[in-house]
Amino acid sequence: MATRTMAIEDVKTGEVTQAVYEHPFVVRLCHWVNAVSLFVMVGSGFQIFRAFPSFGAKIPQKDLLDWPKALALGGWLGGALQWHLTFMWIYIATGLVYIGYQLFSGNYKQVLFVRRDVPGVWPIVRHYFLLGHKPQTKETYNPLQKHAYTSAIGLGVLSVLTGLAIWKPVQFSWLAWMMGGFHLARLWHFLIMWAMLAFVFGHLVMVVLHGWNNFVSMLTGWKEDPEYDSE
Amino acid sequence: MKSRTDSRKFKAISRRELLKLTPVVALGAFAIPQLQKPLLKGGLAFSDWASARLFRSGHLAPTFADADLTSFEKFPINDYDTDDPGVDFDKWTLTVTGSVQKPGDYTLAQIQAASPKVTQNTRHVCVEGWDVIGNFGGVRLSDFLKMVGADPTARLVTVECADDYYESLDMATAMHPQSLLCYEMYGQPLTREHGAPLRLSIPTKIGYKQAKYVTDLKVSHVLEKVGYWEDQGYSEFYGL
Repeated sequence: MATRTMAIEDVKTGEVTQAVYEHPFVVRLCHWVNAVSLFVMVGSGFQIFRAFPSFGAKIPQKDLLDWPKALALGGWLGGALQWHLTFMWIYIATGLVYIGYQLFSGNYKQVLFVRRDVPGVWPIVRHYFLLGHKPQTKETYNPLQKHAYTSAIGLGVLSVLTGLAIWKPVQFSWLAWMMGGFHLARLWHFLIMWAMLAFVFGHLVMVVLHGWNNFVSMLTGWKEDPEYDSE
Repeated sequence: MKSRTDSRKFKAISRRELLKLTPVVALGAFAIPQLQKPLLKGGLAFSDWASARLFRSGHLAPTFADADLTSFEKFPINDYDTDDPGVDFDKWTLTVTGSVQKPGDYTLAQIQAASPKVTQNTRHVCVEGWDVIGNFGGVRLSDFLKMVGADPTARLVTVECADDYYESLDMATAMHPQSLLCYEMYGQPLTREHGAPLRLSIPTKIGYKQAKYVTDLKVSHVLEKVGYWEDQGYSEFYGL
């Protein structure tokens, strides 16, 4: 990867450090807009779910889950639908801009998990969960990161498709059919949200573990002192 | 690409890159109470606009085999107010007004004569998230509108109900071949809980648009009253 790097000389000590431009502007913009809209979509989604916290038809049926109102957004079903139907456009637009940019700029190579990344996943997993040494990499993202980000993007696409299937089960009846019907589409939509939340949880843990410079790179694009070899 | 700079200049570069993200802060407008309501209203209106574009007049809602029907006993009864507004069936008529050539009061027998009875097994989807498959019988709303000489250029059909509920339909949906003035469910005359003697059955719309206990029908060019739930904040179009 031809990444932009910079040698930075400290004005006081004269010490030289490296910085790498990891995240192009469009990626950073989409990341933060998406973080906000995902938060709104999940919060309002829980409020919508509260109206019928079950799956399938309405045959006198037990509620599966009493989701606390405090962890939901919108106040009532109608309010939550307003949030959901407003932010879904922002969520979809962000996704389209992001995917379009990645493909057009070629930057997708940084993120996309491909076959040759497969052997590298296990050593990283071993490092995090079994405290093995951290494998060296020359790329911005290690294979596990690529796997996680590629999966998250895939989940994003699926969340939109399953959402469309339950919002428009007549106009997009073929979508609902592909998902095994209206009832299953609603269940998929719900499960995909949990998978997305699992990603967000892991993502946040990793952000905390990797410190300030790493976090700042998603704001400014530049990562000082990257742990990988950028030469 | 490799360049060299000093830490002061790098700080300036970083700050500039950070400032480029200020558009994200615009989303904070949704957190300001005075702006939140109009913004969400705008978002909902945009969704309705897009929904109307997605609606296809010739596209039919899925229909189902009798074996897939939810039993009549398990078909949920949802009201905003009462299960039985106490309609006097002997005196009941449908009052038709607005842009029609033959306004007036129509008896159930006259409505039933508008066209041969249509029965269909369609999915009834509630905004809450549940759904059931029911058997509905009635006349095509489009046939009835033809019978009363409705202005084909009118934009809306609005209804009022014995329980003071009210609703509106866009003309494209009203003219859809599966949109019914429904007087039967499961081969029996409508029961009081299900909206006797006449209700809407619109398989391309969400449940709350399918008004029960209909007493008045108006064909109009201008939207005067959208609907009971719409006035509480629900989507105006809500096509499925």
